[in-house]
Amino acid sequence: MTETQKSLALHFGLLALLFALQFILPAYHHGNLSRIMVLATYAIGYNLLFGYTGLLSLGHAMFFAAGMYGMGLMIRHLGFTPAPALLIGVLAGLALSAAVGALALRTTGVAFMIVTLMFAQAGYLIILYFGEWTRGDEGFVIQQVQRSLWGIDLSDPTARYFAAWMLFSACLALSLWLIRHPFGRTLIAIRENESRAQMLGYDVFRHKLGAVVLSGTISAAAGAAYALLFGYAGASFATVQYSILPLLWVLLGGAGTLIGPFLGTLFTFYLIDIASAFTTAYMLVVGIVLVALTLFARQGIGGEIRARLWNWLP
Amino acid sequence: MTLLGARMLSKDFGGLHAVRNVDIDVPEGQIRALIGPNGAGKTTLIGLICGRLAPTSGTVRFADQDISHLPAHRRIRLGIAYTFQITSIFDRLTLHENVALAVRRLGGDPATEVPAALDRVGLLQHQRRLAGDLSYGHQRLLEIAMGLAQKPRLLILDEPTQGLSDSEIDAFKALIRDLKSETTILLIEHNMSVVMETADIITVLNFGEVLAEGTPSAIRANPDVQAAYLGTG
Repeated sequence: MTETQKSLALHFGLLALLFALQFILPAYHHGNLSRIMVLATYAIGYNLLFGYTGLLSLGHAMFFAAGMYGMGLMIRHLGFTPAPALLIGVLAGLALSAAVGALALRTTGVAFMIVTLMFAQAGYLIILYFGEWTRGDEGFVIQQVQRSLWGIDLSDPTARYFAAWMLFSACLALSLWLIRHPFGRTLIAIRENESRAQMLGYDVFRHKLGAVVLSGTISAAAGAAYALLFGYAGASFATVQYSILPLLWVLLGGAGTLIGPFLGTLFTFYLIDIASAFTTAYMLVVGIVLVALTLFARQGIGGEIRARLWNWLP
Repeated sequence: MTLLGARMLSKDFGGLHAVRNVDIDVPEGQIRALIGPNGAGKTTLIGLICGRLAPTSGTVRFADQDISHLPAHRRIRLGIAYTFQITSIFDRLTLHENVALAVRRLGGDPATEVPAALDRVGLLQHQRRLAGDLSYGHQRLLEIAMGLAQKPRLLILDEPTQGLSDSEIDAFKALIRDLKSETTILLIEHNMSVVMETADIITVLNFGEVLAEGTPSAIRANPDVQAAYLGTG
């Protein structure tokens, strides 16, 4: 098998496995996996910017929330059906990431982290400020009758699992295609050596902006899907915690690997789930595991697999 | 025809005049060497020409176009290829991908053009290795291959033979002579045998200014150059 075939087999094998699991998983894990697939999609979006372009954003919650509120507000206040509302959620993420990217990319390194963090804080405060429509911290529920997409009730666990699987599959396939495409190759080149990429004649700014927009749009799609599938939109999803989480998932799963975002999200989700059964200090357990991984498996799970077993892992 | 022309080019870093009122004209097809003591302003001058640095004053023309206000990547796209003085490659990517990045930017076919470029510098057998695993001298050669793969009208080489063995330097001289029919070359070099054997015209910089310009034999005989740089021994 060539490396390309191995990579396709692995990633489409994972998708097939996830598809099959819905028929055998008990209800509790079935519900968890739906949630994990949507959050892993968010992590895929984050990884395109952090893992493949080398830009560390601390403000991705604003894109997740842009999708969530772009979609949710349309349903709540304008009586939209889910399909056009989802589209508006995705477009909101696209527009916001283009605007934020154009401004934030004038900085690099630590300044880029801080500027993205500040934009996200501004986004969070805007949601609170317009509490009359957004219901602020309390958030709002999207009723079951409003969550019917083309006659399919998305509050039904099977439909929800399938919808989450479709979203995750589409974004995984997109990123698989992207990193083989010249545009994705150039992003990797910018991550590896920005000045060399520029002196090969690449417009580094436009490529980075493209990466921010792609990353922000995928994150927004995840946010919109999350609110639609689980029936709730709230300002807590716009807090800094939701900017740090995708970073954590990607670091644990392996930055710059396609499978890393899923592995990291799955691992963290069940780590918290299992730890919280034993102690209320479950974040302490997460912290210790994160420190241990940083010390002993610096490249995350996917990165270690690539370094030790499968050097072809994209 | 003049391919590259700079007029009254200056660059100050604070109070330091790194490059001062430099005029330089390189006709198409020429191999031009730029020499001078350390700190003479050679790399700064090259930085001004390819847009990595903004000049304090002066203009740069390339192929009948004023490029003074173009960002670096647009100048590269007009047909300038640049190799860094301090090796700058993609360490964690394979040799093949390093050169493929150069080929793809021009819309070429990596499958044929990458092996051809690597073959010219003698690195073809290493194309699946990671660039960071190569010896320093081989990394220099990889940079040159990345330059060649861009099929430039002007190839700028900043101290390309630094760190090469004697036999690699001989191969490099042959490569430069071989390239003369394809491209114009601007070469910064400290190795005098490389300069004297390959250059058509030599420009000598000293304290940011052009001290002398002429054929290798004229430069060798120039008393000012001997005093400033070559020495009398």
